Amino acid sequence: MTPEQADRRILTGSHFMNGDTACAEGALAAGCAFFAGYPITPSTEIAERLARRMPEVGGIYIQMEDELASMAAILGASWTGARSMTATSGPGFSLMQENIGLGAFTETPCVVVDVQRGGPSTGLPTLVSQADMMQARWGSHGDYPIVAYCPASCQEMFDLTIKAFNTADFLRTPVFVMADEIVGHMTERVVIPEKDDIPHVERKRPRVGPMEGLRLYEPGDSLIPSMPRVGRGYRIHVTGLTHDQRGYPATDAATHDSLVRRLAEKLTRHTAELTEFEETLTDDAEIVLVAYGSTARSARRAVAVLREEGIRVGLLRLITAWPFPAERVAELSERGCSFVVAELNLGQMALEVERHAHQSVLLVNHAGGAMMPPAAIIEGVKEAWTCHRERSWSTLTR
Amino acid sequence: MSPREIVVDAHPLDGLLRSDRLPHIWCPGCGLGPAMACLAKAMQESGIPIEKHVCVSGIGCSGRVAGYLNVDSFHTTHGRAIPYATGIKLCNPDLEVTVFSGDGDLFAIGGNHFLHAARRNIDINVICVNNFNYGMTGGQLGPTTPYAARTSTTPYGNPEGPLNLPHLAAALGAVFVARWTALHVRQLEKAIARALEKRGFTFIEVLAPCPVGFGRPNDLGEGLDEMWFYRRQCVVDEDARLEELDIDMSKESAVVLGNFVDRERPVYHPMGTEPPERRERPVVYHPAEPEVRAREAL
Amino acid sequence: MQATVIRQPLVQSLLTIPKGEVYIIPERCKGCRFCIDFCPKDVLEESQDMNHKGYHYAVVAPGKEDGCVQCGFCELVCPEFAIYSREAAGSVS
Repeated sequence: MTPEQADRRILTGSHFMNGDTACAEGALAAGCAFFAGYPITPSTEIAERLARRMPEVGGIYIQMEDELASMAAILGASWTGARSMTATSGPGFSLMQENIGLGAFTETPCVVVDVQRGGPSTGLPTLVSQADMMQARWGSHGDYPIVAYCPASCQEMFDLTIKAFNTADFLRTPVFVMADEIVGHMTERVVIPEKDDIPHVERKRPRVGPMEGLRLYEPGDSLIPSMPRVGRGYRIHVTGLTHDQRGYPATDAATHDSLVRRLAEKLTRHTAELTEFEETLTDDAEIVLVAYGSTARSARRAVAVLREEGIRVGLLRLITAWPFPAERVAELSERGCSFVVAELNLGQMALEVERHAHQSVLLVNHAGGAMMPPAAIIEGVKEAWTCHRERSWSTLTR
Repeated sequence: MSPREIVVDAHPLDGLLRSDRLPHIWCPGCGLGPAMACLAKAMQESGIPIEKHVCVSGIGCSGRVAGYLNVDSFHTTHGRAIPYATGIKLCNPDLEVTVFSGDGDLFAIGGNHFLHAARRNIDINVICVNNFNYGMTGGQLGPTTPYAARTSTTPYGNPEGPLNLPHLAAALGAVFVARWTALHVRQLEKAIARALEKRGFTFIEVLAPCPVGFGRPNDLGEGLDEMWFYRRQCVVDEDARLEELDIDMSKESAVVLGNFVDRERPVYHPMGTEPPERRERPVVYHPAEPEVRAREAL
Repeated sequence: MQATVIRQPLVQSLLTIPKGEVYIIPERCKGCRFCIDFCPKDVLEESQDMNHKGYHYAVVAPGKEDGCVQCGFCELVCPEFAIYSREAAGSVS
């Protein structure tokens, strides 16, 4: 890109901006050079914004024929060195799963934004849910690690998209931004900083030159291989088949087990630095309310109201749903806390909370279609508080 | 008297192959070997530096070509080679991107992507090795299987009519359309060379024997017998009408080969951006940063 | 009776037909016979020996040592990259 195009990437300043737009601007600020997508409510605004902005910054926008093609295109683009992204919602996310697996197995960095809406199937195209959370973790076949961020504001749509690109390049894997329709369609103040204040993480570069025997998937100590670019003479071979460290197909049990384990270990080794969450009033809390995305906003309000009534509740807001803050939840549980999980699905992240808290949790759920009102959360926490105090937690029904 | 054959252990095209991975997995008599040889030779003679060539393939026996060619290569998911290649080409238009895949991968599961890439005139080359079945998985029906042919999923005969690939490609807007066979290696190599130099979406269909998957169930004999079939039944007619290029593999009908279409159309580039030929640098501009990081800096 | 007119290229006397030498890699051959059956000068035949996979690889037939015209067909049509030819010194017009 020319210097003029570089200047137009980062719209430093204070804006009143729609969440989807903020996500698009975050991508641009992170240096995204390629977007391939398909229109789907409620993510279409991301595509529309980038269709307009990409030519201004010397990037490429293409509307592909479907989401399978979009996902394939961003993987190919990534191998040229470009930061690439797509954006979709539930039905498109389902279509992308096969190539998400290809991206994870070939360790191809890219960002996939899912602005969640009511599902399953066509569901509620214009209305919110948070029902793709487990799909983000397990959507493609096989075992593979993932990282997923949950923005709860327009500012986070900007910030976490940048973070997603950095994590993708660092870890060499597709990274998800699991937004929802409310955060995507609301308009709030977004502050875009100066270029120098925007964190930027590079991909690990090869230590040897072309034709010097680079082993494409040699992991090194960090378990993250270096990533050469296509067209530089490295003569790489990238395959979705199980492969050895040269990148060549090696479809035997031993290689397969060690590769799949190395990919899992690649994430667990960096889980501590990647896991992010925000705690509000948890220091003396006896009830921990777990929420994320737009539901966390209602949860924050609920915590404020409940505290005024003397109920010692705190909020644990997931910023990364994956990796899940397992250690912190276990810690809080051991301290004696009980958990309430509020989400716009029938209990997905709640399963993780239960698993790590080693106790059943109270669910405050709605399948989707409207913002979770604080009142529903307040009622749930009050019920939890009573049972917690009376030590009758096990009588709670779900 | 000159000596008889000279025994050696390397082939002139080995430099373009990952020869440490030979022998390849294809059956004796498979047509993929000649098709790959023609592609390798054409790449070598193209005048384009080898490091700028990229091969993207899908799933199937044809898809394994990417693993044997010693260029930057990508063995992707079933049917998705074309959009993957699109992402590569759009971000780095200096690369010569060739999709090499099979009839099922490109036209059944991948049909939609073929349609749109041709329509857009994305500057990639597509080589389709058509062996009339899904060979890798044991010889099932595909979109080019002739009517009434036997495959493992059409034990009573194929009830479906096959696609006419050159007609389809031309109708969708491909700027270069050709059909040759694994026997017509000279013409095939020249056609690939033309496709490599031509800008826009090029398509070459290569008819190939699949003795195990298709030949045996349909009494076509070994790979050699199918090659003799091509020798006897194929005619070159570059003025043939595209809609009459159907193949039915019967002993009476001719199979028409040729370079059927060679035309110009504007190559895809997003509006509002500089077209690739006027752009000074690839889209993804990396200022002179070293590809290799010094050990100290890491 | 009319005499038959035969047209000859003006450069007939200058034309040379190349002479080729055949190179083989026996261990790669899988016995498909593409080169044997389609060599335009019928230079090749199956060997008596087998390679370690059990295939009779292509060899130059007796009496055909000078038959190869360096057309390059076998190099491309062999699926196994097991045969090619190169121009030998000397030529025949």
